[in-house]
Amino acid sequence: MVIFDIKNLNTWFDSTQALKSVSMQVLANEILSIIGPSNSGKTTFLRMLNRLNDLNPHFKMNGDVQFDGEDIRKVDVEFLRRKIGMVFALPLPLPLSIFDNVAYGMRMAGIKNRKCLAQVVENALKQAYLWEEVKDRLAESAFKLSGGQQQRLCIARTLAVEPDVILFDEPCSGLDPISTAKVEDAMVKLKEKYTIVLVTNNVKQAARVGDRTAFFLSGELIELDKTDKIFTVPQDKRTDGYIRGKFG
Amino acid sequence: MKKNPYRTQNIAFFFLFLATLLIVVPVGLIVVIIIQKGLPAINWQFLSDIPRHGMRAGGIFPAIIGTVYLVTGAIIFALPIGLLAAIYLSEYSKDNLLNRVIKLAIVNLAGVPSVVYGLFGLALFVIFFKFGASILSGSLTLGIMILPIIITTSREALESVPQSFREVSLSLGASKWQTIRHVVLPNAIPGILTGTILGLGRAAGETAPILFTVAAFYLPQLPKSIFDQAMALPYHLYVISTQVPNVDEKIRYGTAFVLLALVLFMNLVAIIIRTKFRKKKKW
Repeated sequence: MVIFDIKNLNTWFDSTQALKSVSMQVLANEILSIIGPSNSGKTTFLRMLNRLNDLNPHFKMNGDVQFDGEDIRKVDVEFLRRKIGMVFALPLPLPLSIFDNVAYGMRMAGIKNRKCLAQVVENALKQAYLWEEVKDRLAESAFKLSGGQQQRLCIARTLAVEPDVILFDEPCSGLDPISTAKVEDAMVKLKEKYTIVLVTNNVKQAARVGDRTAFFLSGELIELDKTDKIFTVPQDKRTDGYIRGKFG
Repeated sequence: MKKNPYRTQNIAFFFLFLATLLIVVPVGLIVVIIIQKGLPAINWQFLSDIPRHGMRAGGIFPAIIGTVYLVTGAIIFALPIGLLAAIYLSEYSKDNLLNRVIKLAIVNLAGVPSVVYGLFGLALFVIFFKFGASILSGSLTLGIMILPIIITTSREALESVPQSFREVSLSLGASKWQTIRHVVLPNAIPGILTGTILGLGRAAGETAPILFTVAAFYLPQLPKSIFDQAMALPYHLYVISTQVPNVDEKIRYGTAFVLLALVLFMNLVAIIIRTKFRKKKKW
């Protein structure tokens, strides 16, 4: 099933073109990794999907981007962002308690019932493999957690809103290898229920967790294929060069 | 001669320290002198009695109450309006020429001499709206005077909340207003309170804006409504220092001391609230 159907997408920041006629699809329950050097448009692409780029007054886009068969620019933006969660590059807990961080999205959606919120928070923390570590200190500030725990908290916070898709924007760039492994484990488990788009600077990470991998270069989609194909028999020699570390 | 970087550094430090000293010493001296000369005048009668014998004796109670009313009124008027304007300017207004001009104008309004505000208040509130010389007119005039300070500092406080917090909140499906209400505002409160403190101090201390709009030369009773005139500490200080001959120095410095203490006390309340909120702020 196609979750995102993107046709001929062009985006600009003022007069600088960030994405050039990108056409691709994101399929249900896959992990789609997006790799490419800095400035290749990966993050712009990701933030376009939940319309976060729209916060920037200099951002413009054209082309056709459909989410579940509907143009993302015609759907109610709050609804769209509840359906498409996002985990940012750095762990960004809000200055609230652990519980309030996870409950934030549901509260904003108007859910006030304490029992219901407690259940949602517990489930989300369990799915992010954080529950055991924090269950006794939910009222503490989220800033007391370690970096890896904070990032899993951010994943839990995203899951609590019950999205269909989760966008990961280099989620492990600030984490040590063990925390990274935990986040990756969580991602692989999550794809049973969610569709995941993962932007990563770590080529090996894409190889480890991605079902399919897309390679972006200078705003263009160079190649998109099954991960093992991209990493064994890439069709384009630029893809080959990048994954072998010849540039980037 | 070879340049010694450490000596250059030491010379620079010396001048930087000197500049700091030049600011601290006069402030310290003012406080010390006012305390030294004013403290002996302070007693219960001075704080609770009305002025007597042509303001050469008795207390300054009506002036204290008048200033408390005026400052409270000014804050009640200026804080909500200033905060709403700051929210609009920092969160909603687009970055275009008109809005840049508005922001610049607000910053400049903070530098307008207070007597101009006094005249403005006289023309608008006292005469045009027919509030007369009253606590209402004076509070509104002071409120307008401190609006730019509150708007500018609140705007800076709002803009200093990291953009990433807004993005997180929005990405979780919160609306823009929910994001402002639950993420941006709580984190901007310390900065907003700083603006309030600055405005408060200025409203309490200015003489010119209340001169034409509220201040009574001598009024030995307390105001009964916001449409009454009132005495106020800064104006009372001006009167007993220049308009009434033979006032004991003790009384003048005592009045100055009370004004200073009043402002400090009101600031202290705001500072305590601010510290409470700052403790929560961690990023």
